[in-house]
Amino acid sequence: MESVSSPLRCFGECHTAEKYTDDGVETVTSVEQRKVERSIQEVVSVYKQIHSLPPTLLRDQHYQYLKKGLRHLSDAYECLDASRPWLCYWILHSLELLEEPVPTAIASDVCKFLARCQSPTGGFAGGPCQAAHLAPTYAAVNALCIIGTQEAYNIIDREKLLSFLFSVKQPDGSFVMHIGGEVDVRSTYCAASVASLTNIMTPTLFQDTPTWIVSCQNWEGGLGGVPGLEAHGGYTFCGMAAMVILGKEHMLDLKSLLRWVASRQMRYEGGFQGRCNKLVDGCYSFWQAGLLPLLHRALFKGGDSTLSLQKWMFEQQALQEYILLCCQNPAGGLLDKPGKSRDFYHTCYCLSGLSVAQHFGNMDLHHELIVGREENRLVIVFSSLQAPSHPVYNICPEKVAQAIQHFHQLPVPVPAQKEGSSACNTTTDHS
Amino acid sequence: MFYRDRKEWADLEPVPQDDGPNPVVKIAYSDKFTDVYDYFRALLKNDEKSDRAFTLTAEAIELNAANYTVWHYRRVLLQALEKDLREEMRYITAIIEDQPKNYQVWHHRRMVVEWLNDPSEELEFIAEILSQDAKNYHAWQHRQWVLKEYKLWDSELEYVEQLLEEDVRNNSAWNQRHYVISHTTGYSDPSILNREVQYSLKQIKKAPHNESVWNYLKGILQDRGLSSHPGLLEQILELKETHCSPYLLGFLVDIYEDSLENTSGDQVEVLSKALELCELLAQEKDTIRREYWSYVGRSLQMKYCSDDPSTTSSQHESPILGMKP
Repeated sequence: MESVSSPLRCFGECHTAEKYTDDGVETVTSVEQRKVERSIQEVVSVYKQIHSLPPTLLRDQHYQYLKKGLRHLSDAYECLDASRPWLCYWILHSLELLEEPVPTAIASDVCKFLARCQSPTGGFAGGPCQAAHLAPTYAAVNALCIIGTQEAYNIIDREKLLSFLFSVKQPDGSFVMHIGGEVDVRSTYCAASVASLTNIMTPTLFQDTPTWIVSCQNWEGGLGGVPGLEAHGGYTFCGMAAMVILGKEHMLDLKSLLRWVASRQMRYEGGFQGRCNKLVDGCYSFWQAGLLPLLHRALFKGGDSTLSLQKWMFEQQALQEYILLCCQNPAGGLLDKPGKSRDFYHTCYCLSGLSVAQHFGNMDLHHELIVGREENRLVIVFSSLQAPSHPVYNICPEKVAQAIQHFHQLPVPVPAQKEGSSACNTTTDHS
Repeated sequence: MFYRDRKEWADLEPVPQDDGPNPVVKIAYSDKFTDVYDYFRALLKNDEKSDRAFTLTAEAIELNAANYTVWHYRRVLLQALEKDLREEMRYITAIIEDQPKNYQVWHHRRMVVEWLNDPSEELEFIAEILSQDAKNYHAWQHRQWVLKEYKLWDSELEYVEQLLEEDVRNNSAWNQRHYVISHTTGYSDPSILNREVQYSLKQIKKAPHNESVWNYLKGILQDRGLSSHPGLLEQILELKETHCSPYLLGFLVDIYEDSLENTSGDQVEVLSKALELCELLAQEKDTIRREYWSYVGRSLQMKYCSDDPSTTSSQHESPILGMKP
């Protein structure tokens, strides 16, 4: 285990040289980038002067923020009124990363709430009495798997969930996010994730899906939301993770994907950008950095013998420093970049990314690199204890294993409904 | 005025949200929010298809434009009540201007355009949104759909060039360039390919540290093989003297790798140069990607190093131990 109580990368004398070179040609892109670098420089310089301590994850503060949010949210969250299962997942996953147990009563209350979000026609909605949608479905299933009790598992109506998935499946292999909704690669990940965890995969459910996902990989090496679009970290993670679940990751050009994602780490900030020539954002600590364990495993499976036995192919220390120094709100919660507000989405994905950056593992190996205090260590999002070890689901591996084990005892439901519902189905779907 | 106080709504019983006895992630909705959504739920429950329902959806949307259930219902009403779609276009235009980073608003616009079968306002509208944020992902997605669906390619390359004039680092614009050309002339025609290579080299000379243009250059040449493009290596080596960057060095690695892959015969020199560059990038020029460049070096070595036992790779051999670490 490697401990970095030694000098931080961002304190190094070579760090300033990593600042953006605009070649004397100022554009909106370079101006914005330099603004961010200046704010990072400010944070680092303040840290140098004030703190003699190593970087510290503000565990207690984050815990209080999360604990409160699990019950009550201010009216600032009205904009997430159609994403409440997400709030459950972001908060529960953050708590599990911090190794904070969820009291049994609250866990049960979450289960009951998510049951109210389940649509009578299958899948989960953003709130009670809303229409089913793949994103809250993904979040609800993940949240229930984190809780991991029989009560939680029993909430999911697997038969209806399968029919919901078929109802959003398109002939070209893609999925719309909800009846009458939009197509993009997030939907394939949401569908593959819930179908694999709850054991409702049928031979035809994902027919043509891998081919469709491959068509989202572009000239940059990353994946866009739909074919033709710019490569983007969120969509790339969804596409790659879906392919891993479907066992088809080798259909992608992994070398190009690797080059693209490795190039997304910012040389000065240490965090990741979502797209080339855009700004760093703490959430990409997971969407982008989380690709490297997936790629590592895919390349290893493909027979690559030159992979590192200790490190992911990104600068783990630099990412940890970015998260710890630049993405923490002193009152609890994590964020995009200095100057931005905290929220539960960024709390979840900054912590998830921190965990990826702290833990390397492949098959029997586990190598840790913890920046700052020992206590900064988070729970792993993958485990070397079981062969398929990767942050595909972004819930802790024990919970993944437990859920899979539970649902595999149950038979795969027989589909009552075939795919082919049109994306323009306008019948109201409500309770 | 709250809906609960309106006479014209007195016949409808509002449906409060039922979060259960011990709610979680409970949002402290404002009175207005609660009022509007209590009535929305009532309308939904009764499957009411009326003009007052239609009006209410706009209020619900204003309170939470991400509520996809409301948007869906609004679309049902648009059709059931045979509402004026031109007016709906005006409505959605205003909403998008106000909240351009929302999925639902763009999807709604797409539906209305499809129903009207009229894309005539789209390119100008999207350009307006892009003038405020030239990288808005939803805007570009909508634009690509319009171009493809209605075959409106004619002026797009010109538009892309205008955006690149304004910001040569706009990666979305570079992507759009690739999209337009791929869907029109394609890159197979040597004169097109050459035009694009020349355009790229010109932009590189202006701003050598712009990653987008280097990625574009590789992107358009990689299928044909970087090392097969005549004179390219020489041009890049020349640029190395005056316009060097980590991207240029990475590009050289790519050319050398392609050469190793596709050229027969002795490639010891090429391999050696490639490895040297990987080392330079890992140790000095692109240290944030140290692990990546080290891996690339090891992979090249593994793949192309001579297996002849009489030739030992001196690169990583320990002189004392006489064996590789």
